Amino acid sequence: MAETVLSIEHVAVHFGGLVAISDMNFHVDKGEIVSLIGPNGAGKTTAFNVMTGFLTPTKGAVNYCGADLKGKKPHEIADLGLIRTFQRTSVFPNDTVYDNVLMGLHRQGKVGLAEAILGLPRARASEKAQRARAAELVRWIGLEARANDLAGSLSYGEQRLVGVALALAAQPKMLLLDEPVSGMNASETHTFVQLIRNIRDRGVTILLVEHDMPMVMSVSDRIVVLNYGRIIAEGPPDEIRKNPAVIEAYLGQSAKDVVKEVAVHA
Amino acid sequence: MKQIVTLLCLAFFASVPIWLTDPYLLNALITTGIFIIGAMSLNLLLGFTGQLSLGHIAFFGIGAYVSALTSLGFDVPIYGDFHIVHVPWPPIAGFFLAIVISGFCGYLVGRLSFSVRGAYFVIVTISFAEVVRLVALNWVELTQGPLALTNIPSITIGLPGLGYLVLKTKFHNYYLVLAVAAISYFLISRLVHSHYGRAMRGLMENETLAVAVGIDVTKTLTLAAVISAGIAGAAGSLYAHYIRIIDPDVFAFISTVTMVIMVVSGGKGSLAGPVVGGVIFGLLPVFLRPIMPPEAQWITYGVVLIVILFVMPRGIVPSLAAKLGLARAGGTRRASVAVSERTAEEHA
Repeated sequence: MAETVLSIEHVAVHFGGLVAISDMNFHVDKGEIVSLIGPNGAGKTTAFNVMTGFLTPTKGAVNYCGADLKGKKPHEIADLGLIRTFQRTSVFPNDTVYDNVLMGLHRQGKVGLAEAILGLPRARASEKAQRARAAELVRWIGLEARANDLAGSLSYGEQRLVGVALALAAQPKMLLLDEPVSGMNASETHTFVQLIRNIRDRGVTILLVEHDMPMVMSVSDRIVVLNYGRIIAEGPPDEIRKNPAVIEAYLGQSAKDVVKEVAVHA
Repeated sequence: MKQIVTLLCLAFFASVPIWLTDPYLLNALITTGIFIIGAMSLNLLLGFTGQLSLGHIAFFGIGAYVSALTSLGFDVPIYGDFHIVHVPWPPIAGFFLAIVISGFCGYLVGRLSFSVRGAYFVIVTISFAEVVRLVALNWVELTQGPLALTNIPSITIGLPGLGYLVLKTKFHNYYLVLAVAAISYFLISRLVHSHYGRAMRGLMENETLAVAVGIDVTKTLTLAAVISAGIAGAAGSLYAHYIRIIDPDVFAFISTVTMVIMVVSGGKGSLAGPVVGGVIFGLLPVFLRPIMPPEAQWITYGVVLIVILFVMPRGIVPSLAAKLGLARAGGTRRASVAVSERTAEEHA
C-alpha cells in the first residue's frame, strides 16, 4: 500500500447559494501523477484553491502528509512543501527569468535580517548557493538562452516553464499544476510531458488540472473526473476513456464523433 | 561600474562644503539632504513593496519630537499628582530612540493595515499622520503645542576620554546628514538585494504567486514598514537637532507630498531615484527664489514636475538607465557570475 500524500475528505465549497464543490473525496499517493479533469466550471481550480489555502472549504478537510491543513495560510502550506502553479499569472513579469527562479528559492536558505544587511559570511554563502541553484534550474528547464529576458516578454509556453521552474525552486514534495500546457503547441506539450515525468522521477508527487485530453491520457497514472462540483469517475486513463458517464459529462450526449476523436488520440 | 558611480557621487557630495561656503546654500543642502533621507525611506515602501504611505511625514515628525523631548526632558502631569518626569539625555540618545520609536510606530501601522492593504494602507497612514499631528498640537504639557519646542540642543558626538564634538555649525551638520544618508542608502541597498528584497518585489509584482512559493505577506511588508519608518525617524531627529525648534507644522501633509514627488520623479524602485529627485526638487525652489516672484515659483515647480513625468514616466533614473543600457547590464552580470560559480563547482 502506497503512502498517501494528499487526501481530500468530504470537501464542499459554497459561494453564498452557489455550490462550487458539493462533496469531493479523493487522494493522491506518493510518486503518482494524478490528473483532475472536468468541463469548465466543474470546480477544478476551486479545488486547487482549497488545497493550497487560498480558499477555506465550507465543509470537509484536506490532509497533507498526515497534517490537517485547516486554518493554514497559503505561505504556511507552501512551507510544508505543497506548491502550486497558476493558470494565468504564472510569473513575475517585470523580472528576468533568472530572478523569477531566485524568488522561488525564497523558502531556502533564509538568513537573519542583520546578517543579510551586514553581508556576513553565512548570508553571502547562502546567497551564492541560491544563485548557483537558480542558474542550475534555469538550465534544467531549458531556458538558459532566455535567462536574462523579462519573464513577461516570453511566449505563453515559455512562461509556463518559468512558472514550473519557480515552483520547483520552492522544493516541493508535491506539485499542483493548473493547466500547465495551455498555450503550448504540440511539440512544446510533448517536451513538457517529459519534464513532468522527470519531476516525478525526482520524487515529487504531481496533481494536475488540464484540458488537453491527449496530454492527460498519456501522462497520468490516475484520473479524477469532476463535474458540477462532484466526482463522477476515478481510475486509470484506460478506464476513464471508456467510462460512459465521463464521455457524457465531458463531451455532451450527442458527441459520438468527438468520442471517436478521443479514441484516435488515445 | 554601478559601485564606482555611487562612490564618485558620495565623494562629490563630501567635497561640497569645501568649495561651497555660502551659508544660505549650505543650509538649503542640509534641509534637502534631510528630506532626501525621508524620501529614501518612503521609496523602500513605495518603490519596493508598492505600498503608498501618504502619512510618511508622521514617522519623520515622531522622530523629531522623540529626539527633541529626549534631549530637552519633560515633566508631564498624567493624573492628579502623578507626573512623568524625564531628565534630559544627550541628543545622540534621542537620535537612536527616535529610530526605535518611529520604527515601532511603523510596526503598528503596518500590522493594522497590511492585512487589508492597497487603498486602506493609504487611508490608515493619512489618518495616522493627522492623529499624531493633533496630539502634538493639543498635548501642550508635553509638546508645548503651537508654542513649539525650542532650544533643542545640537547633536554631540564623541567618546569618553577622546573628547566631544558639538555639531553646531552648518559644516558639521552637512557631514552628519551626509553620513546618515549614506548609511541609509547602504542599508536599503543591502536589504533590497537580499532575499527579503526579492520577497518584497515578488509581492509587488504578483502577490498570489509570491504567497504560493512561501512568501509571508504580512511579515515581509511589516519589515519594510518598520525599516522605512525607522529611517524616516532618523531624518526627523536630524531635522530637530539642526533646526533646533519644532512645532506641529512638521506634520504638514505638504511635506509628505514633497517626498512622494522626490521619489516618483527620481524613479521609484530605484535606489538612486530619491536622491536625484530630491536634489532637483529640494534645490529648485532655492534657485527659483531670486529670479521670479513667489507665484511663478510654484507654477515653475509644477511645470518641471509635469515635464519630467511626461518625458520620463518611470522617473529620471530608470529612464536614463534604460537609455544607456545599464538596466540590463546588472542582470547579465549576476547571471554570468552564477554560471561561472556553477562551473567552478563542477570543476572542483
